[in-house]
Amino acid sequence: MAGLELISDQGYRIDGRKPTELRQIRCRLGVFTQADGSSYVEQGNTKVLASIYGPHEPSSNMRSKISHDKCIINCEYSQASFSSAERKHRPRGDRKSLDMAAHIKQTFESCIHTTLYPRSQIDIFLQILQSDGSNYCACVNAATLAIVDAGIAMKDYVCACSASLAKGTTLVDINHVEESAGCAELSAAVMPKLNKIVYSELNGRLHEDEIGKVLDSVVLGCNDMFAVMERTVREHVEETVSNFTHS
Amino acid sequence: MSLFGNNLSDAEKCFIIHGIQDDFRTDGRSCDNYRTIELAVNVLTNTHGSSKVRLGNTELLVGVKVELGKPEKATPDEGRIEFHVDCSPNATPAAQRKAANKDFVNNIESMLVRTYANKIAIDLTSLCIIKGKMCWIVHVDVLILECGGNILDCTSLGVKSALQDTGIPRVVVKSGDEGEEEVELPDDPFDVQHISVNNVPILVTVSFVGTRHIIDATVEEESCCSASVVMGVTRRGRILGVRKQCGGSLNPETLVEMLEFGKKSGRQLHVALDKMLKSYEKGTTGYL
Repeated sequence: MAGLELISDQGYRIDGRKPTELRQIRCRLGVFTQADGSSYVEQGNTKVLASIYGPHEPSSNMRSKISHDKCIINCEYSQASFSSAERKHRPRGDRKSLDMAAHIKQTFESCIHTTLYPRSQIDIFLQILQSDGSNYCACVNAATLAIVDAGIAMKDYVCACSASLAKGTTLVDINHVEESAGCAELSAAVMPKLNKIVYSELNGRLHEDEIGKVLDSVVLGCNDMFAVMERTVREHVEETVSNFTHS
Repeated sequence: MSLFGNNLSDAEKCFIIHGIQDDFRTDGRSCDNYRTIELAVNVLTNTHGSSKVRLGNTELLVGVKVELGKPEKATPDEGRIEFHVDCSPNATPAAQRKAANKDFVNNIESMLVRTYANKIAIDLTSLCIIKGKMCWIVHVDVLILECGGNILDCTSLGVKSALQDTGIPRVVVKSGDEGEEEVELPDDPFDVQHISVNNVPILVTVSFVGTRHIIDATVEEESCCSASVVMGVTRRGRILGVRKQCGGSLNPETLVEMLEFGKKSGRQLHVALDKMLKSYEKGTTGYL
């Protein structure tokens, strides 16, 4: 894109961040009373609500998929019609949403201890309230926190982050402007303590030699994300426990 | 009205009904009390106006976006307001069942259209830019995040606050080269005009449970309710649009009583809402 410098000569990005800097993260656990687990994650202007229902008896349309040795994971991704600059006409069910849901489902199938919940179903519902790039990453992070809130066994936290490459510099946690500037975008979900990648996706063109470099910064970004998420969980647990002892 | 089957036993229903008879509901309220209302406006940056309302356990987000469009042929000097309601699966897994969701959402949309999109509620001519050619179309998107009963009242509170928050760009009509009128948008994004919401109604649902009527029913109370009446009440206490819901029937006298009761509650609610909007400070409620 002509005239749009993703990184300035001084080394700052369009929104004033440094290349390896994440956007401001705010997260909360247990925002809803009805769901078994819920969370809210804000990465810059990308805002996601996640809620978990389950493990419960599989609903009637899932009966055919029941497995005797593991649980079914059902994921639905919706994007509020006012979430983007252009008004969206279909909040869910379009191809992009179905794709996203499938990716998130796949991510969590490899992280949740599915064998502990045979013949059951776990629902992961994600609702984008405002979208400003890296939606997949925000969704995964929100879902992880909601799963923690629901008390479902996971192998490790799953943290996701995205990165792009501009003028040989990797840009971590890219926003909508950087996403639509046409550079390559690599997003990955990582289990930080086990140091394993559970999901990765590359959009656009990236030179083979540079993939390693970009991936390294994605993993670093995921680790930063993990630090924030873990602190949130600890704070939430402390608060909950102190409520127990006071009452 | 409730989207998901609330399986209460007979004994539980009996408990709720008897409590209401004694003017003491399961959450400690009396029959004419609302639950706590939490309100936030201007919460979404990429809308022209927005609000987030939490009424007890019911929570929703309203986003208003305006766009330029062509007026309807029948009403060339009026703009349009369109309502779109979406129930997020977060609210209840039942929202995934398309048929049930559609009925639920259509019911809310039709009630909103009936009470809001008319000349008495909002001056639609103020949304017209060039007669017969160009007008503002106001899209009001309601996103239900949690269903805890009394969705309609909560929706209308959200819609009213979001409309009050909505800033429509102040456009200038100029005559172009070939006598054609041209519309010029202001350079300053804060150069906006607000929609007048003075006559905008609030929906009040009065439910008849056992032998008495209550306002702001919870999900549990809704499942005990034999009949309910929804009405749009303006600030001055005028009633715009009434609808009876649920399976049961009502005596004519009871209906009149319920309308009177709803009118009174509606006026109080308007006063409370105005007060809340006036004293609202950003970042004081909830997470957004």
